[in-house]
Amino acid sequence: MYRIIQTVLAMLFLFAAMPQGLRAAEGLRNLVNALGEAKLSAMDEHIAALAKTGEPEVVAILDALGAGNLYARKTDGQVFLTKESGSNLALIDPISGESAGETPKAAMSKIKVNNSVRRAVRAALGGLTLLSPDRAQRLKAAQSVLQTPDVDALDAVENALVAEKDEAVRTVLEQARAAMLLASDRPIEEKKEAVRLLRENGGREALPVLSAALGSAENGLEQDIEAAIASIEQAQEFWNAGQNVWYGLSLGSVLLLAAIGLAITFGVMGIINMAHGEMVMLGAYTTFLVQDVVRTSFPHLFEWSLAIALPLAFLFTGTVGLVLERGVIRFLYGRPLETLLATWGISLILQQSVRTIFGPTNREVGNPFWMSGAFEPGGLTITWNRLWIIVFALAVFAALLFLLKKTPMGLQMRAVTQNRRMASSMGIRTPLVDALTFALGSGIAGIAGVALSQIDNVSPNLGQGYIIDSFMVVVFGGVGNLWGTLVGAFSLGILNKFLEPYAGAVLGKILVLVLIILFIQKRPRGLFALKGRAVEA
Amino acid sequence: MITSFLVKSLDRTIAVAVAILLLLAVIVPALNLLTAPDHPLHVPTYMVSLFGKYLTYALLALALDLVWGFCGILSLGHAAFFALGGYAMGMYLMRQIGARGSYGNPLLPDFMVFLNWKELPWFWYGFDMFWFAALMVILVPGLVAFVFGWFAFRSRVNGVYLSIITQAMTYALLLAFFRNDMGFGGNNGLTDFKDILGFNIQADGTRAALFAASALALAGSLVVTSGIVGSKFGKVLVALRDAESRTRFLGYRVEHMKLFAFTVSAMMAGIAGALYVPQVGIINPGEFAPANSIEVVIWTAVGGRGTLIGPIVGAILVNGGKSIFTAAFPEFWLFALGGLFVLVTLFLPKGVVGTAQHHLARRRQARAAARKEDEQTDLEDAKPMAAE
Repeated sequence: MYRIIQTVLAMLFLFAAMPQGLRAAEGLRNLVNALGEAKLSAMDEHIAALAKTGEPEVVAILDALGAGNLYARKTDGQVFLTKESGSNLALIDPISGESAGETPKAAMSKIKVNNSVRRAVRAALGGLTLLSPDRAQRLKAAQSVLQTPDVDALDAVENALVAEKDEAVRTVLEQARAAMLLASDRPIEEKKEAVRLLRENGGREALPVLSAALGSAENGLEQDIEAAIASIEQAQEFWNAGQNVWYGLSLGSVLLLAAIGLAITFGVMGIINMAHGEMVMLGAYTTFLVQDVVRTSFPHLFEWSLAIALPLAFLFTGTVGLVLERGVIRFLYGRPLETLLATWGISLILQQSVRTIFGPTNREVGNPFWMSGAFEPGGLTITWNRLWIIVFALAVFAALLFLLKKTPMGLQMRAVTQNRRMASSMGIRTPLVDALTFALGSGIAGIAGVALSQIDNVSPNLGQGYIIDSFMVVVFGGVGNLWGTLVGAFSLGILNKFLEPYAGAVLGKILVLVLIILFIQKRPRGLFALKGRAVEA
Repeated sequence: MITSFLVKSLDRTIAVAVAILLLLAVIVPALNLLTAPDHPLHVPTYMVSLFGKYLTYALLALALDLVWGFCGILSLGHAAFFALGGYAMGMYLMRQIGARGSYGNPLLPDFMVFLNWKELPWFWYGFDMFWFAALMVILVPGLVAFVFGWFAFRSRVNGVYLSIITQAMTYALLLAFFRNDMGFGGNNGLTDFKDILGFNIQADGTRAALFAASALALAGSLVVTSGIVGSKFGKVLVALRDAESRTRFLGYRVEHMKLFAFTVSAMMAGIAGALYVPQVGIINPGEFAPANSIEVVIWTAVGGRGTLIGPIVGAILVNGGKSIFTAAFPEFWLFALGGLFVLVTLFLPKGVVGTAQHHLARRRQARAAARKEDEQTDLEDAKPMAAE
């Protein structure tokens, strides 16, 4: 303390004797040199004094201090920024920023720092960068102040608030100010106001601040803080539930995409297609191939690669489905268990073919820019790719519903599945309709693959992960009913994600499987069971 | 009653098969143990273990055939019962390691020490005694099958639905056994076995004995299934396979009969698993994979479901093929297996044995018909003579 008074006195004398600009620079130099002589315990005050000047050079000086690059020359006590240069130190003048030659290390003594000094440096820097002209830097500084609120920085924050125009930075600053206020010795009214502010803005960051303040709160303030904590926790719970719903919807949309083709082949035609997952996999590999070609030959089309892949995947997997139906499955109509085995065999062949051609490792499929990133409405985090997949799944669902209910093709499909012989007598070419329906189901699996390539690993095993889940969705939702598939997919998705926090991911999945098995006991024909004659057919 | 059961079960083909198995149980170990390694008839130990493994697979396929071939229940989760039996045996073998594990803990298996567990979980008690483990090998799969089947058959889940939920069952068990918290060794499963009933598990003699045990178990199961299938109960099983509603309307408790067959079959699968584990030296959650169960189905289909010899032949054929293929062209095996699924369902729905039996029966019929015709022409030839 004595030394500070000494320095300050010396400065005052110097101030009086010097012209204005030089005087400021000289004052700064004295303050910096004072760092060299200060004891560790007194460093805080020196740093605060430095920061108070608000000069732009101070940032570099404090940075160097924090990093341990600030040295004092043993001969005259002059302090320099230094840089390692072989066994020597390159000196840089702290005020002008000019090089001041090199000296051996032995001639310099390092200004010692400990954690409390570093903390002081950080807080001071936070206060300084709060005034930086760069918005991003200000925001970062404001956030760091909010994370480690320090009463000493209160003035700096209030100064910054006066100057601040940017809304986002202001919000963070106000929260930081409120947090500091609570720890300071300001009057209780101001503190109450601060609690109110924290409560309104809420957020995860406010909770530790409030609970820390709770310990040292005076009478009258405690209830306020407790109420604020409760309210924030409640809001958090609400948003967490919201986030779970979102994750559930997202999982549901994936299930819907995987299951919707199955709803056609299994649900409408009654064919157990165990190779369905492999159709999804083929769709994903089509996307990979399209992106590969686009990358090498038409790089400017990359953002459109998914749009190009969609019809190609549909056509490709649809054709594979058509060949399967004509080549194998049509001989097995009326023998569902045999169909199951034959299509399982086909799935093995398809998997191994892809493994032989593309190798067993994951292939990379890129995200176009409109599928990457996230946005945050309220307390939620929503990634664009998940959002687009939900939209896409619903669009595919709607298109399929339209196709089945409103087009002649759909009419024929329904007629054939309801009463094959009658449809045949009416002049419908039932074998053709069978083949086309199966091709449609496979094609939809293919476009599901395009979407899933965006969020899953594209490997030969991609399809296997979905096959059991999608059968569960179709069986749970009710066979032969597209709406059942929709409801089944989303309810299973949400159920899964709500069980996860309590039971863990794996146990949650097991629980869902067990629940479905129990559910099938109760309603063997699913959620939306077909009624009437079609049931026994 | 037991004699009549035995007499009924030992029709000619079954009797021959049982005799062959019993002979194998004696000859193969003898050739392994009593001949010099350079003797032309010597059976190397790895072959003994390999064929012992095939025999346990054959037993599993036979178990599946009882429910699929004779009862119409296509279980896509039979490997789960196999694995449960295997785990029960694995737990016994783990307890036998004692203090010889790498952590030297006399009570806890290595993986529990590694996970920092202090006490043996309750469900590991008793597994240090062989009789208890042997009992569990049968009881645990039987109990799981009973509970599962009771729920499923009671609410008349059948056909493909049943297949899919059996698949979900084994998938759920797969996920469960992967968890370390389950206390079954998680991902790595149970391995590093040292000895069984006091004999070194690696020794030639033990391997030969395990082979003999597998052959005997298969022969015994063959007798039991053949007895079940040949009895009046077995006839009704076939009836409910072909027309379930009609059988029910005739007054049979279809659910109970299915449940009985399913539980017995699961117990047989459990025994198969228990014999499998000491011969391969490891049991891990991978055995629960749905693909394994479906592979069992293809063994049965290749051999011929609805025949008792078929699944045994099928299991040995397909697995022999697998051993040869995966050694020679590893890439090609899945193509071959997949092709097998498609070709067998399309062209050989009765399997090898079923088709052979069919042809034999036709030839016999044709011969019988020809003989009858001959007799008739003889008569006709004779008539005019008599008229004269």
